[in-house]
Amino acid sequence: MSFANSMELLAFHKVAYTAYSLLIISVIAWFGYNLTRKHKANSLIRVSFYTYIAFLVAAGVGHHIFTYNVVPWVSEDITRNETVPDKSYHITVKDHHFILPKEKMVVNCGEKVLFDVKSKDLVYGFGLFRKDHSMVTQMQVNPGTKNDILWTFNESGVFDLMSTEYSGPKGNGMFVPDVLKVQCTQKIAMVDGGKV
Amino acid sequence: MSFMNDLINGADNRFDVNSLNALQKVTLRAVVVAFLFYGLAALEGMIMRTAAVIPDIPPVYGSVDHYFAIMTAHPIVGIFGSTYQLVFAAFMFLVPYLTKKPLYSVKLANAVWVLITLGTALAWIAAFIWHYAPLYTLYWPLPADTTQFKIIGGITFIAGVAIIMVGTLGFIYNIYATIFARVGIHKNKTTKELLISGFGIDGMLNLVHKLTGKPPYTKEPALSLPVVAIFRGTVDTFLDALVILSAGILVLVYLIANADGISLNVASVDALLYKNWFWWGLDLVADGLVLIYVAGSWYLLATLITGKKLFMENVARAALMLELLVSWMVWSHHLLADQAQPEIMKLVSGEMVTAFELLTQGLALFITLVTLWKARPLKMTMELKYLLGGLVGFGLAVPAGIIQADMAMNRVLHNTQWIIGAHVHVAVIVGLYMTLYSAVYVLWPLVTNNAKLWSMKLANAHFWLHLIGGIGMGAFMGMAGLDGMLRRHMYFHGEYNTYMILAGICGAMLLLAWVLFLFNIIMSVGLKGLIGIFLPSADKTASFGVEPEAVPETLKA
Repeated sequence: MSFANSMELLAFHKVAYTAYSLLIISVIAWFGYNLTRKHKANSLIRVSFYTYIAFLVAAGVGHHIFTYNVVPWVSEDITRNETVPDKSYHITVKDHHFILPKEKMVVNCGEKVLFDVKSKDLVYGFGLFRKDHSMVTQMQVNPGTKNDILWTFNESGVFDLMSTEYSGPKGNGMFVPDVLKVQCTQKIAMVDGGKV
Repeated sequence: MSFMNDLINGADNRFDVNSLNALQKVTLRAVVVAFLFYGLAALEGMIMRTAAVIPDIPPVYGSVDHYFAIMTAHPIVGIFGSTYQLVFAAFMFLVPYLTKKPLYSVKLANAVWVLITLGTALAWIAAFIWHYAPLYTLYWPLPADTTQFKIIGGITFIAGVAIIMVGTLGFIYNIYATIFARVGIHKNKTTKELLISGFGIDGMLNLVHKLTGKPPYTKEPALSLPVVAIFRGTVDTFLDALVILSAGILVLVYLIANADGISLNVASVDALLYKNWFWWGLDLVADGLVLIYVAGSWYLLATLITGKKLFMENVARAALMLELLVSWMVWSHHLLADQAQPEIMKLVSGEMVTAFELLTQGLALFITLVTLWKARPLKMTMELKYLLGGLVGFGLAVPAGIIQADMAMNRVLHNTQWIIGAHVHVAVIVGLYMTLYSAVYVLWPLVTNNAKLWSMKLANAHFWLHLIGGIGMGAFMGMAGLDGMLRRHMYFHGEYNTYMILAGICGAMLLLAWVLFLFNIIMSVGLKGLIGIFLPSADKTASFGVEPEAVPETLKA
């Protein structure tokens, strides 16, 4: 299994967490019902204490291992300092405004793009969104520190920019439409932790 | 009995406010104020839910200033004004009750609820009048940004939060002074014995001795398990209070200097370092305090409901100690989207240690369920219903938090409605509050001297409305988050209307549940009783259920 972009990951997550929620609610409801019964309840399955603990450990740790291997941007993020980007964009944020590069940001599918964002005053967020408002990616932008994110796009589209961190009431208007264009000449799939 | 008689004198005249002692009264005072603040927080929540669909609704009128001011006051009122008060009230009653010792100081207990009420009111006023809105996270240097906020608003807000923290320190002192008092059952205990028990070390040593074939370290721990949970949670409360106080002092220095016309350089404080410090302390509320207090409350409720000993008590004690280490080391999951945060900190603290919360909270859930299961058949009382509701809440909310505490998921979920809906609101409203309601029903006969609950039908209606409303609201907010809706953003073009309308309907169920609960309680104690709770108590006793020690004949002479 692999997730090409955040849309696929979030769709999977929506189904998986809904199924889990229904399961845990049902288990507690079944448990509560049987608590009041005089007759011995027939367990659907018998879970030993150690099996239960092993499940919790596997669920907690396994979740991270699972996502590391199938979500492309994790390993890319960890090794971003060692990677030479295909394109770099330097952006400054000041007085609740994004100061963007003069040239239009246009990238091709599969290119590794570095966004290096500097804040001159407050804490902001740098978030790219699709036209249906779903999120492509984001990072926090702190004043006084380096805030850079390496990203590989593999879906065509025109994306909007929004601040994803609260920076006071004025920050609510930090929206730049059509800030980035991604053009794909062929469908590209991400495999094996980010290799295109 | 007539409706009017019940309204004035309480259900069947069964609530005699004059029979309450000082400990019972101070407990009830804080509980009443806590539920009033809960109602205010619920009302604020509904205003924000509605404004998410209709931005022009009064009192917001499409103003981002007012919207974010409400959002700033909302958690202060909900977490400190309501939850802190309720938990502190319950524990200031329970510690004397469980240790069979008097509370160290009723005066201090009274000061605690007054200070927290006053502090919450000041913070709320700062948001309401001056629209001071740095939000709960207070990210540096936003709280000191006088171009967006008035200085007077900032000083009032910070003073309010500081007063809440002073009240919190008063609670902590009262609890520890009670636990360490060498009277009653602890007359012959040493401080070392009480400390070892308080940190759950005796439970850990009992387990080690069992594994190595030695006799138990202790068969009778110095402190009962719920008291250990209260002791442990209070350590985190203390550290959290210090961190929030220190952040408040820093903000105050800048604001006061600015008021004097001196503009201090905000860049002299490292924003990321500040963020780490602040989240380390703030996270002790969520991942230390709530989880530990809740685990302790589950253990207490399970033993009181079943009348049986807790299943795997030594493991439970050891788990509370383990949670001490976990809760101090998990804060970095709030900084997974901060690119300057060292990767090793993100991986170890943010992901791996945070995942351990699944284990510690899962253990508490397991131990509670097995304790209940072994005592079958049980009657489905209100306290049992609410306890099961609380278990469902954390069963849903803890994994929702763990999912976000992941470098892959965090990249698309950070600061979205997922975290505040599916995780925070479900944890607090369903998990924590249903546990607290269970405690309210368990403590009701003890604190009120067996006052009659006016209506079981209303109590049941409250339960179902609260459960369905709480889960529903969290779920729809969470789904909006998955679709990209930010948690601290005001939308004007109906971007997420479907989810927000559904969340609003569930929010209205929560508000209605609170109205029914409050009405039921007022009808149970009556208006006279309600007023009487706030009048001085004739009986100054600071304990409950403890027979006075017989005075030796030699002393009598």
